[in-house]
Amino acid sequence: MSKEKILEKSFLLIALSSISILGLIAFFIFEQGIPLIWKIGLNSFLLGDRWFPSKESFGIFPMIVGSFWVTLGSLVVGVPLGLACAVFLCELTPPTFAMILRPMIQLLAAIPSVIYGFWGLIVLVPLIRESFGGPGLSILAGSLVLGIMILPTIISISEDSLRALPRIYKEGALSLGATHWQTIWRVLLPAARSGIVASVILGMGRAIGETMAMIMILGNAAQLPRSILDSARTLTTNIGIEMGYASGDHRQALFATGVVLFFIIMILNSLALLVSRKGKA
Amino acid sequence: MRISRHHTQALAKGLIWVAAFFTLAVMFWILYQVLREGLPLLHLDFFLQSPRQMGRAGGIFSTIVGTIALTVVALVIATPLGVGTAIFLREYTRESRISRVIRFGTDCLAGVPSIIFGLFGFVFFVIFLRLGWSILSGGLTLATMILPTIICTAEEAVKAVPYTYREVSFALGGTRWQTIRKMVLPNAIPGVLTGVLLGVGRSVGETAAVILTAGSSFITPDSLFSPIRTMAVHFYILAREGISMEMAYATGAALILFILAINTVANWLMYRYIHRG
Amino acid sequence: MGSTSVEPFAEALAEEYMSRHPGEKIFVQGGGSSAGIQAVRTGSAEIGMSSRNLIDSEKDLIAVPIIYDAIAVIVHRENPLNDLTLDQIRKIFSAEITRWVEWGGKNHPITLVTREEGSGTREAFQKLIMGKREISLSALVQDSNGAIRQVVTDDRNAIGYISLGLVNDRVKALKIGGIEATVDNIQHQRYQIVRPFLFVFKSRPQDLAKDFLDYILSPPGQKLLVQEGLISMNPIPESKKEARR
Repeated sequence: MSKEKILEKSFLLIALSSISILGLIAFFIFEQGIPLIWKIGLNSFLLGDRWFPSKESFGIFPMIVGSFWVTLGSLVVGVPLGLACAVFLCELTPPTFAMILRPMIQLLAAIPSVIYGFWGLIVLVPLIRESFGGPGLSILAGSLVLGIMILPTIISISEDSLRALPRIYKEGALSLGATHWQTIWRVLLPAARSGIVASVILGMGRAIGETMAMIMILGNAAQLPRSILDSARTLTTNIGIEMGYASGDHRQALFATGVVLFFIIMILNSLALLVSRKGKA
Repeated sequence: MRISRHHTQALAKGLIWVAAFFTLAVMFWILYQVLREGLPLLHLDFFLQSPRQMGRAGGIFSTIVGTIALTVVALVIATPLGVGTAIFLREYTRESRISRVIRFGTDCLAGVPSIIFGLFGFVFFVIFLRLGWSILSGGLTLATMILPTIICTAEEAVKAVPYTYREVSFALGGTRWQTIRKMVLPNAIPGVLTGVLLGVGRSVGETAAVILTAGSSFITPDSLFSPIRTMAVHFYILAREGISMEMAYATGAALILFILAINTVANWLMYRYIHRG
Repeated sequence: MGSTSVEPFAEALAEEYMSRHPGEKIFVQGGGSSAGIQAVRTGSAEIGMSSRNLIDSEKDLIAVPIIYDAIAVIVHRENPLNDLTLDQIRKIFSAEITRWVEWGGKNHPITLVTREEGSGTREAFQKLIMGKREISLSALVQDSNGAIRQVVTDDRNAIGYISLGLVNDRVKALKIGGIEATVDNIQHQRYQIVRPFLFVFKSRPQDLAKDFLDYILSPPGQKLLVQEGLISMNPIPESKKEARR
C-alpha cells in the first residue's frame, strides 16, 4: 500500500475516535446501570418516588421532577434576559461598545461553575431565606444561578445569528417605513429564529448537565418538590452527591441515573441538530 | 387608545436597556465579589506554598501543579486526535456516510454532561484500566471532554485555509499529505490554538469529573499515577467544608485570574489571526 | 483511603509525619469507609480508614482504633433550646415533629440537615440515635460535615449533626438527655454517641505503614488528634493530669 493510502487510513482511524469514545461511554455506563434497572423494573425506577438506598429503594421520580423544574426555571430566567442582551449588543449599541463587551461575555462563559455556585451560596441563598422563608437552598436559587450561567451561551449564539442575517432584511424593513423596534421584533428576530432556538437548546443542555453549583445551592433533599422554595435534587446532583461513597447496588443505581440522563441529553441533542439543519436549509 | 409605534419602540427599547444592563451588571458583580475578597489575599507565597493544615494555611502550589499536569495530559491526547479528525473530514473525504457519522458522534459527545464523563472516567480509567485515581485518569477523561471542541475549531481553521494554497501545491506535484503538512497545517495553527485554549479553559474549570478520576489529595504529585487536586476542586472543597473562607476567596480569585489570562491570550491570538488575512 | 470523616485528620497526621520524615510520601484519599476497606482487601491501598466498626464479612481484616469521634447534634446559635432527649431527636429527624413551636419556639418549620447516604457519619447517626426510624426524605442533604455546619450557622430553623471536633462557637451543640458532649462525659461513657476511627490492614502492618501507625498511636500523634477535637479513650498522660486538677 502506498504511503498516501496508509496515511489516509490512519487519519480515518483517528477521526473515528470521537464516535468510539461516545460508544465506550455508552457501553460502560449502560453496563453498570442497566442491570439495576432490569432488577427493579423500569417503572418503579422512573416513577418510584422514594430514593432510599440503604433500604433498597431506588425511585428517581423526584429527581426527574427536580431536574425539570430547575431547568425550566433557568430558561425562564435565561432566555428573555439573554435575548434582550443579544438584541442590545447587536442593534442598540455602537459597534465599538459591543466589541468590548463581547469578549467579556465570552470570559463569563469560561468561569467555572463552582464560582457561580459559591456566589449563589453566599449571596442568593441568604437573600431568598430572609425574603421568602424556607431554607433558602431551593429550586428558586438553583434556577436563578443556572439562568445566569447559561446567559453567555444564549447571548453569544443568538447575537451571532442576528448579525449573520443579510443586511437586506433590516434595510428593506426600514426603507418600508418600519421603526427600528418593529424591524427587530417582526423581521430580524423571526429570521434568526433557528439560531436562537439552537442557542436555547444548547443552554438547556448545559442547564440539565450542571452538577457542582447545584449541589451547593439546591439543598439536595430527595423529595418531590412542592414549591420553588423547596429544596430539591436533580438527576445530576443525585449522582454527584452520593457517588463518593456508593458501592454495590447503590453505585449501580447511580449509574442507572446516568443512563436516564444520557438518554435525555441524546434526545435534546438530536432535537437541536434537527432544528439547526432545518434552519440552514 | 392606540399606542403609537414610536411609543412602543421607546418602551421596548427602554425595557431592553434595563434588562441588558441588569443582566450584565449581575454577571460582573459575581466576578467582582470573589475578586474583591480574594485579590488582597494573593501574594507570592500563596502561589509557592502547598496547602497546609487541611487548607487552612499555606498556599495553592500543589493545586497549580495538579491543574497544569491534568491540562497538559488532556491536551497531549486531545489535540492530535482532534486535528487529525479535522484533517480527515476536510481533506480526505467529502460529505458522505462516514463524515456524517463522525460529525454526529462529535456533536453528541459535546453535549454529554460532565458528571457522565466523571462516571465513565471512573469506571473505565480508574477501575477497568487500573490507572487508579491519578493524573493519567483525570487527564484522559478531560481529553475526551475537550475533544469535540478541538475538532470543531480545528475544522474551522482548516476550512479557512484558502483553496488556492492547496491548488498551488498540487500544481507543483505535491501529494495530498505533503500539501497538508506544508500548506494547510501551518496556516491552520492559529485557529487550532484557539480551540486548544478553549480546551484549557474547560479543563481548568472542571470539577465533577476531576474529583471522580483524579482524586483529591493535595500533596504535590511525583508521578503521572499520583492523585492530585486541581484549583477548581480545591476551591470547591474549601467553600463546602467551611474550613477557611479567606482561603476559598483567594483560591477563587486565583482561578478567575488564571481563566482571564487564558482568555486574553486566546482573544489576542484570534485578533492577530484575523488580521493576518 | 477511606472515610471522609477520618480523611482530614489522616491528612493532618500525614503532613506532620512527612515533615518529620522527609522523603516519605503518604497519599490520603477519601471514598468512604466501605470503599476504603475494600481497597485494603484488594491491595490497592495499604491502609484503610473507617469511621465505623467492621461488619462480620470484614472481620478477617485487622482493625486498629486510632482515636474516637463523638457526634454532636447542633442547632443555630440563637436557638432557645439547649437539651433534647434521644426520643425527641428521633421524632424531629423522622419528621414526626416538624415545627419548633413544640417547645414554645416560633411556629417555624424545622429545617433538617443530614449527610448523604453512604456517609460514615450518617451511618453512625442512624445507628446510635435513630435506631429503627428513618431520617425523613424532606431533609436537606449536604456532602460534608463542614457544609452541614455552614447551613446550621446561617439558618435559624436548622438542626443537624456533625463530628464533635468540628463544632465551633457559631453553632450550638445540644445536650442529649441532659448530658453534654464533653471529653469527660465521653471518656466516662455518659455521652454515648461515639464512634471509633479505625485504621484497617490486610495483615500485620509493615514498614512505612507500621511507622505511620506507631506515630499516630504515640503521644505526639494522639495530641494532634485531640487538638482537633477528637477523643482518646485511653487517657494520655497530659489529660490524666488535667482530670486530677
